[in-house]
Amino acid sequence: MITAEQKPIEEIIEYIAPYDRILLVGCNECVTVCAAGGRKEVGLLASALHLHSLKQGKTVDIKEITLERQCDPEYVEELVSLIDSADAILSMACGCGVQTIAGRYKDKPVYPAVNTKFMGASESQGIWAERCKGCGDCLLGVTGGVCPVARCSKQLMNGPCGGTSNGQCEISPDTDCAWRLIWERLKALGMEKRYIEVMVAKDWRPAGGGGPRRIVREDLT
Amino acid sequence: MGNFEPEIVGLCCHYCAYTAADMAGSKRISYPSNVKIIRVPCTGKVDAIHLMKALEKGADGVFVAGCLEGDCHFKNGNTRAAKRVVYVKNYIESLGFEPERVAMYNISAGMGERFAQIAGEFTEQIKALGPNPVKNIKSNHQAAGQ
Ligand code: SF4
Ligand code: SF4
Repeated sequence: MITAEQKPIEEIIEYIAPYDRILLVGCNECVTVCAAGGRKEVGLLASALHLHSLKQGKTVDIKEITLERQCDPEYVEELVSLIDSADAILSMACGCGVQTIAGRYKDKPVYPAVNTKFMGASESQGIWAERCKGCGDCLLGVTGGVCPVARCSKQLMNGPCGGTSNGQCEISPDTDCAWRLIWERLKALGMEKRYIEVMVAKDWRPAGGGGPRRIVREDLT
Repeated sequence: MGNFEPEIVGLCCHYCAYTAADMAGSKRISYPSNVKIIRVPCTGKVDAIHLMKALEKGADGVFVAGCLEGDCHFKNGNTRAAKRVVYVKNYIESLGFEPERVAMYNISAGMGERFAQIAGEFTEQIKALGPNPVKNIKSNHQAAGQ
């Protein structure tokens, strides 16, 4: 999933300070699962903003709505009937959702209420960790299912580096060395030969080095 | 400020604090009438939004009272609630409110005296803080709207 975290409340307050009527829009997908911008968090942020403005002696009109997916035009269309009653939109979706709204409602200012962090997986309740950088040419088939792009701090294709220590990455004792994990997996699978083979330099064009990426599926358009 | 009588919401677990409050009543141990009790099936059911809404609607203080540590009827509802209380304390502090307006307590069903003591202590704590600042503004706005 795409993970996100709520922005510092001070930053959000500053964004919306000039407006009296806010449309606060959550998203039912990734940001709901990582507890950053689903219906629950929309309610909590609305409550916080109400408390803040009441303390300043004002009231602010906040309409709460959580869309099925904010990165899909057909769901963003659902805001049509609400848009005129808002001076600004505050989005709790990832950056993809914020931009979909900005592209559709061109005359309304849109502000992000979360910081989009990374593509990751849940390690346990309340803990998420980066797993993929969307490099466009997945290597997991040759690295035993452990990603060296997202999980090796140096994005080495032939690791580990000299900094690996007791199986942990030199950046922090809390970070597993990706190449230690790769080696352990390949060994467990009896695929040590893969590890011996030198990987050629990675082509970073599909990873975004060639500019913004798109997928066009002619069969679906 | 001298005659300020705070409104306090106590979210009490059915298996412990609620029963303790009941026991305080049946033992004729008095505790401040400022505390309005809401019974919850487990403090693990209490979410940050419930604490926030209580403050938003004008409560001067809100506390969560769950079972003693390790004694939760549903295993760890009380420890989860304690974490949410800390989260809300930090959240309201960043909004300029005193974190002491929100509290977590752990008591058992048999502790009627302790419940009364907690209710008294928390009421005094909130009296010392003064009214929830949103309260007057809310009532002014309502009056203006009428
Ligand atoms: S190799 Fe590329 S696509 Fe595969 S998990 Fe890593 S970053 Fe993602
Ligand atoms: S210690 Fe391991 S994960 Fe860290 S940079 Fe070196 S090879 Fe990569």
